[in-house]
Amino acid sequence: MTCWCFEKVLRFSLPLRRFRNRGLFFLAGSIFFACPFLARAQGPSQVPNIFDTVSTPADSIHRLSLFVLTITALIFVVVCSLLVYAIVKFRHRPTDENHEPPQVYGSNQVELAWTVIPVLIVLVLFFATARVIQSVQDAVPPANAIQVTAVGHQFWWEFRYPALGVVTANELHVPVSDRSRPTPTFVKLLSADTNHSFWVPQLAGKTDLIPNRINSIWIDPHEPGMYLGQCAQYCGVQHAKMLLRVYVDSPEQFKQWVDAQKQPAHSPDAVADGRRIFETTACVNCHTIAGTIANGRFGPDLTHLMSRQTIASGAALNTPENLKLWIHHPDSIKPSSLMPAMNLSDKDLDALTAYLESLQ
Amino acid sequence: MPQGAMLVSTAVTSSAPLESQWVRPYKGHVGMLCLIAAESSIFTIFVVAYLYYIGKSLSGPTPREVLELPIFATVCLLSSSLTIHLAVAGLRKANYNAFRLWWFLTFALGSIFLIATGHEWHHLIYDKGLTISTNLFGTTYYSLVGLHAFHVTVGLIGLLTILFLALFHRVEQEHSKNVDTFAMYWHFVDVVWVVVFTVVYIVGR
Amino acid sequence: MSSESIAITGVREPSRSIGAILHTWITTVDHKRIGILYILYALVFLVIGGLEATIMRIQLLVPHNHFVSPEFFNQMFTMHGTTMIFFVAMPILFGFGNYLVPLMIGARDMAFPRLNAFSFWLSAFGGFLLYFSFIGGNGLYGAGGAPDVGWWAYAPLTSKAFSIGHSTEFWTLGLLLAGFGSIGTAINFVATILCLRCPGMTLGRMPLLAWLNLVTGAMVLFAISPLTAAQIMLCLDRFLDAHFFDTQAGGSAVLWMHFFWIFGHPEVYILVIPAFAFISEIVPVFSRKPIFGYPVMVAATVGIGFVSFSVWAHHMFTIGMNSYANTFFTISTMVVGIPTGIKIFNWLGTMWGGKLIFKAPLLFCIGFLFQFLIAGLTGIMLGAAPFNWQLNNSYFVVAHFHYVIVGGILFAIFGAFYYWFPKMSGHLYNEKLAKLHFWLFLIGFHLTFDFMHIPGILGMPRRIYTYEPGRGWEIWNVIVTIGVFFQIVGTIVFVANLLYSIFRGAPAGNDPWDAWTLEWSTTSPPPDYNFASVPVVNSRRPLWDIKHPEDPDWRYE
Repeated sequence: MTCWCFEKVLRFSLPLRRFRNRGLFFLAGSIFFACPFLARAQGPSQVPNIFDTVSTPADSIHRLSLFVLTITALIFVVVCSLLVYAIVKFRHRPTDENHEPPQVYGSNQVELAWTVIPVLIVLVLFFATARVIQSVQDAVPPANAIQVTAVGHQFWWEFRYPALGVVTANELHVPVSDRSRPTPTFVKLLSADTNHSFWVPQLAGKTDLIPNRINSIWIDPHEPGMYLGQCAQYCGVQHAKMLLRVYVDSPEQFKQWVDAQKQPAHSPDAVADGRRIFETTACVNCHTIAGTIANGRFGPDLTHLMSRQTIASGAALNTPENLKLWIHHPDSIKPSSLMPAMNLSDKDLDALTAYLESLQ
Repeated sequence: MPQGAMLVSTAVTSSAPLESQWVRPYKGHVGMLCLIAAESSIFTIFVVAYLYYIGKSLSGPTPREVLELPIFATVCLLSSSLTIHLAVAGLRKANYNAFRLWWFLTFALGSIFLIATGHEWHHLIYDKGLTISTNLFGTTYYSLVGLHAFHVTVGLIGLLTILFLALFHRVEQEHSKNVDTFAMYWHFVDVVWVVVFTVVYIVGR
Repeated sequence: MSSESIAITGVREPSRSIGAILHTWITTVDHKRIGILYILYALVFLVIGGLEATIMRIQLLVPHNHFVSPEFFNQMFTMHGTTMIFFVAMPILFGFGNYLVPLMIGARDMAFPRLNAFSFWLSAFGGFLLYFSFIGGNGLYGAGGAPDVGWWAYAPLTSKAFSIGHSTEFWTLGLLLAGFGSIGTAINFVATILCLRCPGMTLGRMPLLAWLNLVTGAMVLFAISPLTAAQIMLCLDRFLDAHFFDTQAGGSAVLWMHFFWIFGHPEVYILVIPAFAFISEIVPVFSRKPIFGYPVMVAATVGIGFVSFSVWAHHMFTIGMNSYANTFFTISTMVVGIPTGIKIFNWLGTMWGGKLIFKAPLLFCIGFLFQFLIAGLTGIMLGAAPFNWQLNNSYFVVAHFHYVIVGGILFAIFGAFYYWFPKMSGHLYNEKLAKLHFWLFLIGFHLTFDFMHIPGILGMPRRIYTYEPGRGWEIWNVIVTIGVFFQIVGTIVFVANLLYSIFRGAPAGNDPWDAWTLEWSTTSPPPDYNFASVPVVNSRRPLWDIKHPEDPDWRYE
């Protein structure tokens, strides 16, 4: 069967074959390694790059990963070169006489060598890895560590600071940790329903939140800023929008934040109407607003809702329009999340939104 | 070589065995051992779950409160291993009466075991209030013992089938290997009971 | 016995009605026909699974896309994974094994032909049951019935509380049936290889394909069973209110994970070892040399078989096991990489000093070698627990395992198709189209799966139906999606080539590749009884001995 179009394509590709064989894989390899570093060049980024670390556990992992990458890259280069060499050197040439090459069955020395060398490589990798496992997992919290309890829900994060008396949701605030006098944050991880995973790549590796089990993670951020993450264990329909932010504050900022969060809700009389609507509708079944009768635990604590930059666990920015939309028609922001559409009249919706807007 | 031709390989050295001297294992036994390996893995997982959940029930009756040692049933089941062994031995020697008698006894002893298990379960459910959904103990107990009882049931169906064939004189001495293969399954069921008994009635209590 | 050439012409059967043909195929117990049934079944599901992947890739082309709903996307990734593993990879590998093992060991059929047929139909029904869920598994919110719990079906997401309706039941029951079918097939493989080898074929003279299928069969017996047990427990939880994985009653979500991965990790070796078998048969023939280091290849495979049962919790590094457990599973994971790496070196050693013939089977094997090397290296990265804490559940892992399964296993399968298609059909395929398939698929594969590593490194988790803009993930998702279309075109070329060649391809003859194992000594396709008289062998390459009587293998083994 002749098909001229295919022949044309192949004739074009043939001269490139030598390049492709050698180049393609090296090209792929170098792009693969270079890209994360290129991504970093975008500036103080909102890119949760695992190689752009600012916290001790993430830093340790970063150093280990560079070591592992170097070794695997070396193995890749060596074996690839041998493969390419074999493909080029030992091809059957039309000028070959029609006899078979030497029928070699094996070689004890060669096989021993390529058994021993991998064993040694594995030993080296293993010891380097074991050290980091131990340093990250078996770290003991110092006395001045911030203790947080994180509870994973479908599809939001509950954060409690038991020693500080603070309850909030979705946006975690921690103080920056000075390398000379570290103030790490240790987070106890629980789950109210299914499995979740706490992953903020620039701060630490991920750890899962599993019902009926207590896990823990610690972070030790050295640079203030806002770090992005999200749930990393499939937990149901809105797993994709169970986003996470960690704000690393200066010590003063953190103290200010804690003091503000400890206060019960203060709402001016102007929004009393909205408060009445909140307290007499189903809102109170799921949400807590400290200082009012609302003490539901199924949904996020709203006492200081306006201190957060996002709502719906990061799915939308915290603006009055989004807030109104979220209450009226949550499926347009986060379809099939567990927030029900509150069928309120426009007037009630405006009043309620105004009340929530007052919860600084 | 010409199209469609087929070659028969040469056997010019004396190292090639004649087909009659070429010894390989009997496929029935190998197949049954493979099945036993797979089934053992399934039982192992149920045993691991049982052991893991010992003492972890949040409520409800504990093993100590409700379990009694099923000595009689165990003796019946383990004896059935002996009777099936005797049956197969009889078949090998073409002693068909012995074969049928011991085979029937095997079936009878296995049935007694199953009835006794049913009796025990009736007592646990109606008198002690333990069901599969009561607590973790109930879940793991009924599933492990139940899985075993299911395998006993399948064995009984097999025993009955061969019994009928034997009663119609269709099982001959030349079938002793096949019947022996089935007997391996029955022995396996008994060994599993030894493990289940130990885990549930000794370790777990 | 003296050497002789017996001309056996294929018997031309009189043409029959469609009904008669269907009846033959449905009631067949012939290992060759059953093998082809498995392969055709798998190809149909390959197209379906590929469609599911394409839908996902289009949805992920841009952030906040609305191509499909979140519910449907979640069904897509669940069904894609479940389909590809259980209803594409396993059947196709069982299919090739079924077809080739008896031929290669000089037997007339598998040890238990009726069990063979039963296993096929049971597994096939499992697949249909799973897919029936699209129609029959009505959820409470009418969200469509296919399972949406991920192909690992972690508890307690699979409990009645969080998985409403019957979709999870379809997942569980469909896979239970397929699992029973797999165990039946495994019993057949082990019994056939141990008990039906032709005279002279000691275990040390078996083709590597037979050895590797023996190891695979044994692994299936021990690996599928934990999944079967766990699925029975899940059924008890859902149907009878048991509490195996009910965290509200003290049950353990982690227990499901352990049971699943005790199955799940050996399972990926069950998938890759038959692929190794193809490479081990094709590379020697197209290098014109015997396999380098046959005894070590066998030992390495058996070693992989055992060690692979000790690494499962490297899928669970993030669940909060203590540092001793994490350390143990790190070392065991790295150790299993050693025999695997050795095999790559042995294949390299086979090619070294040979005379490489770059036909389609070898091209795909070379692709396999490069890609499996990379896949193994990213596997080592993932095996280092702390690195895993960053990379787990991200697109890096997705890229890694697709590198193994597509770049490794699927490439080996394509190679096997081209190598044995002449034997199975009696016709040669079109070599130019095959090479076109190779290059198209190679480009597509690398576009998709090389660049897929990057979003993982940049923090993109898996199993998300959409993602936020501004995190640096957009461009990589676009490139990944583009690669899919190259792969689709390549696959179309592949199917077209085979279909065309079945009807119009040149006749293949017994031995188009000048190969050395027993299947090439009989006609293409083989007669029902495989061999006119049972072969007798003296070495690992019986046909080499016949073709080179002055320099037979048995002098050197």
